Amino acid sequence: MDQNTVVELVKPDPAAPGEGWREGDVWLAGGTFLLSLPLPQIRRFRDLSELGWTPVEVNDAGLEIAATCKVSELMAYQPDPGWAAGPLLHDCVRAFLASFKVWNGQTVGGNICTSIPAGPMTTMACALDADYLLISPDGSERTVPAIDFVTGNNVNILRPGELMRKLTISAAALNRRYALRRFSLTKAGRSSVFLVGTRDPESGEFLLTVSAATIHPFHIRDAGVPSAAALLDMLAEIPDDKYFDDPNGRPDHRKHMTDLFAEEIRSELAN
Amino acid sequence: MSISVNGHDFSNEPAPGQCLRTFLRDLGHFGVKKGCDMGDCGACTVHIDGDAYHSCITPASRALGHEVTTVEGLADGEELHPVQEQFLRAPGFQCGFCTAGMIMSTTAMTDEQRQDLDHSLRGSLCRCTGYRQIHDAINGVDNTEDSDAIAPGDGVGASPYAIAGRGIVTGHEEYTLDTNREGTVHLKVVRSPYAHAKALRIDTTQAKASSGVLAVYTWEDVPDKYFTTAIHEDHLVDPKDTRVLDRIARFKGQPMVAVVAETIAEAEAGCRAVEIEWEVLPAVFTAQDAILPGAPAIHRGNPDPFIRHPDRNVLLDLNIGRGDVEAGFEEADVIHEAEYRTPRVAHAHLETHGTIAWEEDGIMNVRTSTQSPFIARQKLGFLFDIQDANLRVFTKRVGGAFGGKQDVLSEPLCILAARDLHRPVQWEFTREEEFTGGVVRHPFTIKVKLGAKRDGTLTAMQMDTLADTGAYGNHGGEVLGCSLVAMNWYRCRNKRYDGQMVYTNNVPSGGMRGYGSAQPTFAMEQAMDELSAELGIDPIEMRRKNCIRPGDNLAVGTHAEEFQLRSYGLPQCLDYVEEKLKQGNGVPKPEGPEWAEGIGFAIGMADTSPPTEHRSGASVHLELDGTYRINVGTVEQGNGTVTTHLQMAATVLNTTMDQFSIVNGDTSKNMWDTGAFASQGMYVSGKAVTLAATGLLDYIQTYAAAKFGGVKEDVEVRATEVSVNGRTISLAELAQLADEEDGQQLQYSQRAYGSPISAGWNVHGVRLAVNQVTGEIAILQEVHAVDAGTVINPQQLRGQIEGGVMQGIGWTLTEWLQQGPDGEILNPNIRMYRMPNYADAPRIDVHFVDVDVSKEAGPFGAKGMAESPINPVAPAVANAVADATGVRFRCLPLTPPLIYKELNEAYQASNG
Repeated sequence: MDQNTVVELVKPDPAAPGEGWREGDVWLAGGTFLLSLPLPQIRRFRDLSELGWTPVEVNDAGLEIAATCKVSELMAYQPDPGWAAGPLLHDCVRAFLASFKVWNGQTVGGNICTSIPAGPMTTMACALDADYLLISPDGSERTVPAIDFVTGNNVNILRPGELMRKLTISAAALNRRYALRRFSLTKAGRSSVFLVGTRDPESGEFLLTVSAATIHPFHIRDAGVPSAAALLDMLAEIPDDKYFDDPNGRPDHRKHMTDLFAEEIRSELAN
Repeated sequence: MSISVNGHDFSNEPAPGQCLRTFLRDLGHFGVKKGCDMGDCGACTVHIDGDAYHSCITPASRALGHEVTTVEGLADGEELHPVQEQFLRAPGFQCGFCTAGMIMSTTAMTDEQRQDLDHSLRGSLCRCTGYRQIHDAINGVDNTEDSDAIAPGDGVGASPYAIAGRGIVTGHEEYTLDTNREGTVHLKVVRSPYAHAKALRIDTTQAKASSGVLAVYTWEDVPDKYFTTAIHEDHLVDPKDTRVLDRIARFKGQPMVAVVAETIAEAEAGCRAVEIEWEVLPAVFTAQDAILPGAPAIHRGNPDPFIRHPDRNVLLDLNIGRGDVEAGFEEADVIHEAEYRTPRVAHAHLETHGTIAWEEDGIMNVRTSTQSPFIARQKLGFLFDIQDANLRVFTKRVGGAFGGKQDVLSEPLCILAARDLHRPVQWEFTREEEFTGGVVRHPFTIKVKLGAKRDGTLTAMQMDTLADTGAYGNHGGEVLGCSLVAMNWYRCRNKRYDGQMVYTNNVPSGGMRGYGSAQPTFAMEQAMDELSAELGIDPIEMRRKNCIRPGDNLAVGTHAEEFQLRSYGLPQCLDYVEEKLKQGNGVPKPEGPEWAEGIGFAIGMADTSPPTEHRSGASVHLELDGTYRINVGTVEQGNGTVTTHLQMAATVLNTTMDQFSIVNGDTSKNMWDTGAFASQGMYVSGKAVTLAATGLLDYIQTYAAAKFGGVKEDVEVRATEVSVNGRTISLAELAQLADEEDGQQLQYSQRAYGSPISAGWNVHGVRLAVNQVTGEIAILQEVHAVDAGTVINPQQLRGQIEGGVMQGIGWTLTEWLQQGPDGEILNPNIRMYRMPNYADAPRIDVHFVDVDVSKEAGPFGAKGMAESPINPVAPAVANAVADATGVRFRCLPLTPPLIYKELNEAYQASNG
């Protein structure tokens, strides 16, 4: 829809994109979220589309995905077949409620910064223990773990004017085995529960990411694959009021499905 | 930088916050539709450099320097793109509003994507078809015939594709707002943030001073009159409880102030500048609370005697019965009694409400998205003191309605402003306004009590309903009256109905497919299964034993003398569904012990015409060029009436459909037509067309016999010719002769009415599996048998039934307008409302049963079928779920969280 309160489309300087940030500014990536609901408080779009960031880059550290990488670009990217967790990238794209037509516009960073519980790029990043590089308007940078970024439904740790530059996924994370379970109330609908478990081939470390079911993602990490009872105990530490209540799911059912899926993932990764 | 659209360069600069959809429409590319406006429905899909995008969520600036293709640019001249051809011939549409987007999405898919439509049709919603037609279109299945390939006189029973089809698949068919009228200004409203409040002071000073604002209207500027927004032939069947703008807000979302400005952006800014000082009043949100002593009386003091108890929020109560139910229950060996509830749901037609009004040569023209131009004219004329002759209300093609456009919502304010400003005024509802300020299905609470002898004979039936009309009484009375119907298809000497329709501070309820009968059918058809189970009798046998038959009195609330079973296909419907469910369809239940399989079915009977009057007048003209023209007032909203009218007229006049043009939906060009609702587009308007065509045939024969000698019975009218007395001349010559030599125009008009009334039947059967751990339902098989009398256009009727069933599936499984504690709608958009997607749509085995048709009732013996297919779906599914799990669900929707919770509780209870 039109955002009729927007009076200017700012083309930021790639060298200092946050310069001149003021109240009423928003970062415009794909626009697929910003044009999807009334936002009468916004005045300027700061257009990220021409900053020229390489969408996907593989280097010694692992995999870097630019915040402006389109979801369709991520879907077109073929990860190294040697990475056991490589297919998870595409699994997470397929978890979108959004259509392939949306993927052509929307970006990975945009989905993460929208910070809805069902955001599959958040699930992907958390499951792969990614780090986010954030740039503040004065140009200073900070790196945060993906799991700490989203703090509630549509809430995250971004400060005014701060910008997500990229996410970095280590090669070690990409080498982990994984198992996932997803549930939605309609067949191709928005996730009401999305769980991904991974296991390190060398250390045996187990990491379970609980997302969509809760208002922000949770990590359950153990040195090895826990017992069913131990896993349930760890899941019980997620407070009941963190289970999300919205038209796509009810907290009691989400908790039930989380426990159920967690156990399925646990036994799959235990073998 | 310029933008190329369909090969033409435009140098227009988009506004900084503009989306591509409005930018393209401003340039005149009206094939780009607005459905959801947030990237969920796909109606606005276009290609940029060959890739598909939802243009509503694509910044227009992103298309600068690129090649945009809209549906209008797809065909190569007159040669349709293959996908357009496929959508034309499947056909892949009913109202056609989603079609451009469907076509643009399909043409952008890879072969692999076309093999996986469950995923690749996400973001492509159709509310009419139920998706089988879309599937057929994408896969190149041709279910139709070229109209000129159908032999003269063989129109009825054939499946020609829609006459508007070519316009629809090319994006050129005009819908309500597909026009850029010179000088048009835009209207927006300030809606109440409170469910119940009084505007103590409305300060419009800032708004009036706001840039581009031309006028601001409040309750002080509108006619000092009460009316009802509901569209019915008889205006006395609804209360006068509504003002165009009111000082009292009775639901959250009620329009309070209208702002008109040069642009939508300026009108929105004007709305934000309005300041209202409120006195917030206590509010009630359930019918149960609204009738408690001390509840705020929402329409206290309204003098309309129609409102039964304004001090107690009771719009209407009905207490009807026959026999003695108490005695009947005494006589019973088994009594079943339970309470059922149905939720508030939305129509979600893809075209939102919209109106353009302008004055021209002393006539107020109203181009609007309505199901009834004539009754809209009556209401608007009353409000604004305009005579019929000076008020023209008309439709273009309407992009879906389902009863949602059986209210006058967007029209009055446009007329008010157009008269004041002498400019064309347009108001287009946003998608959110559809949910918060449109109309919804009435929520019902229904108690059913049934008594039967051991052998299954019913001894007493009792229903007690409490329904929520919302803040206004539009449709409340008629919907309550229609809820009686669920008692009518069972023979029982003792019947008792008590019902109340109650005001609350919710968004107003309105007319919706299955008008007042879908809700009680959900209750009655489950109750009958439950009673059968208690008796140990097979539920189908229970129906066979107790359902009405020809000759039975259908009473409780209807006029038995005009309402009779003139043809009767229920037994065949039951047989078909029973047999098919027994046979299965080869789809196994998912693997695993957690999946439990069950079957269920339910019946719905629909009167072929409503008890209140419904009438239509049609004329058929033989033009001087030898073609025919039909004039009929009904509206085309995807129900396909225009095509069936041509089929019937062509059959009567022994010619082909391509010999016809049709003019419809316009008060200035047509005779009175009550409107396209209550499934009357075929039954009444079609009857008028058929009678007029019959009259014209007689006229032509009589004239030709008189002119050329012979008797009229020997005059043969066929194709484009008339043969008489050994001589054959063209119809064109005949028409010219009549005109030139005798001053006669060969035309005939005829009015038609809903009476006499018959009944159509729907029986729905379903086999499904319930995952007892997750609460999921997997539908494995759906069978739907129909007695529609004579089927005029099998392909079209099949589509109507599939679409109705799919809306039933939505109502049963996923759809639900959720509400917060202060009356706020929590999911007022397509994304969160969750209407069925392609992936949710099961294949439905639709079967028309052969019946001895009664031509006394509908045209050619046809019975209307637009609405009633929805009615038996929810109870059939609920019966199947109960069969599978042993747990009875008496409310909707049957979502996994609900099923999980109830099964879990039942399991805990049975384990102590």
